[in-house]
Amino acid sequence: MQTITRDPNLLPGWGIDADPDNDPTYPMRQRTPEDHDGYSWVRPTQQPITVEVLHSNERPNVSAVFGTSSPPSGLSGIIRRFAFNYSENSYLHWLPLLFADRVNVVEGIVEDLAHGKVPNIWAEKGYKAQWKYDRVGMLEKIAAAALVTTAAVFVLSRKSAPKKHSRSAR
Amino acid sequence: MLAMDFRGPKRVRASQKPMPEIKHPEDAIVRVTRTCICGSDLHLYNGNVPDTRVGMTFGHEFTGIVEEIGSEVTKLKVGDHVLVPFNIACGKCIFCKQGLFGNCHESNPEATAVGGIFGYSHTAGGHNGGQAEYARVPYANVGPTVIPPGMDPDDAVLLTDVVPTGYQAAEMAGIQKGDTVVVFGAGPVGIMAARCAWLFGAGRVIIIDHIDYRLEFARNYANCEAYNFRELEDPVLFIKKTTDWIGADVCIDAVGAEAAGNAMQTITGRKLLLQAGSATAVHWAINAVRKGGVVSIVGVYGPTDNLVPIGNVLNKGLTIRANQASVKRLLPRLIEHVQNGVLNPKGLITHRIPLEEVADGYRIFSAKLDNCIKPVLISPSAGI
Repeated sequence: MQTITRDPNLLPGWGIDADPDNDPTYPMRQRTPEDHDGYSWVRPTQQPITVEVLHSNERPNVSAVFGTSSPPSGLSGIIRRFAFNYSENSYLHWLPLLFADRVNVVEGIVEDLAHGKVPNIWAEKGYKAQWKYDRVGMLEKIAAAALVTTAAVFVLSRKSAPKKHSRSAR
Repeated sequence: MLAMDFRGPKRVRASQKPMPEIKHPEDAIVRVTRTCICGSDLHLYNGNVPDTRVGMTFGHEFTGIVEEIGSEVTKLKVGDHVLVPFNIACGKCIFCKQGLFGNCHESNPEATAVGGIFGYSHTAGGHNGGQAEYARVPYANVGPTVIPPGMDPDDAVLLTDVVPTGYQAAEMAGIQKGDTVVVFGAGPVGIMAARCAWLFGAGRVIIIDHIDYRLEFARNYANCEAYNFRELEDPVLFIKKTTDWIGADVCIDAVGAEAAGNAMQTITGRKLLLQAGSATAVHWAINAVRKGGVVSIVGVYGPTDNLVPIGNVLNKGLTIRANQASVKRLLPRLIEHVQNGVLNPKGLITHRIPLEEVADGYRIFSAKLDNCIKPVLISPSAGI
């Protein structure tokens, strides 16, 4: 189970970055007097804001540079706009964003279909690789899922059976 | 161009997308030559990071050849082959001026707790990443660094995240000569943290994980002791026993939100998302370190709440340091280490996967199939 470490002195580079002053229990801050002025630096050129950018309410503005990957849209966009009314300190910021992500997944499928594309879920989930490298594990999971589903169906059908019986008895 | 396309938790594909454009005078467009899937991409892949929008391209570890530059780019020229740090940093704000390039305040409007990161959700700025044929690189005067002549691109791409993050984990821990260092997590960053702990003079390095092939890899690559926590009665108890009942001088959390090993944490953190990920590794780090010791965290957690044993932090007098690696600050030293043969980053790479097969790449890496340690994606336009 275990390999005892070799003599560290024999390891390439052992101790070459050792620095007795690097003691994090006495943190050092490299600050200049100007740093105490807060939000005062000479800001970079502002990137033109050509898409909707949601910004944290813990800052007064949009950062000078931002990504334009996926602007908010649809129902998920409405939820995201709601979330950005609350600070990063709040569950009302993060939980709606997680919910919006799930809504966005459905929107993505609808968008695919609207463009005539049927998502290939098998390929997108990488199941080809799973099948290639872990066939037994995959079959076990499928079997377990089938077993659980069968058991659930059986239990639910048993629960509903007596009701039918009692009605017919009346 | 071809690019990774996020469609939902555990669903990605390679899609045709528009070419990236210059949107800011300090932007550059690079043709991606190497890009990796990172362990922290799996937090996005699994749907654990809020504001991960459908249609995003992930990928914060990449190298590329500069194809186009904005009007204010002076430090790069078209044709340069650059490695691109995963942090997007302006170089001008209060944090960049302190060398905290991972905490830039001018690259992410969506959150103040984290700077801009390529391909890392809108919580990290909504920047598309490098798992594509081409990528937009903001603040091209600051982050991108020309790959030194003769350096293998496979080494260079790991200098964008894995090596600096592992190195900074050891640096933040303030390791003193002879210290016992325990690293939780034998993924690429954990293995690199273990390797770098020696550079700071560690006397003993232990790595803890639950996947045997990763532990074997760590033993060989980082010359450390490696233990499977599933074979231990309790990993914290084990560390106490093996350190003469004192505890490790330093514990490093190189796992983050996807940690296994504790049912309560798994259910509340990974399944129900009531925490910002499972905090198992940080629990173990806090509890296994000696009184007065240091816990260094580079494992990625989402916002905002985690159940961590803060009472033990108080009672044990611990110092906790944590951050995204400030890659730019560390690069000169790390390039030197690679060139001198002290570090061998490309030794971590086990898989080379065409970008077209990105879905299989994510599955292989996330499910830890085929003894995968670190996969590199090669785009059809890579050229080298």
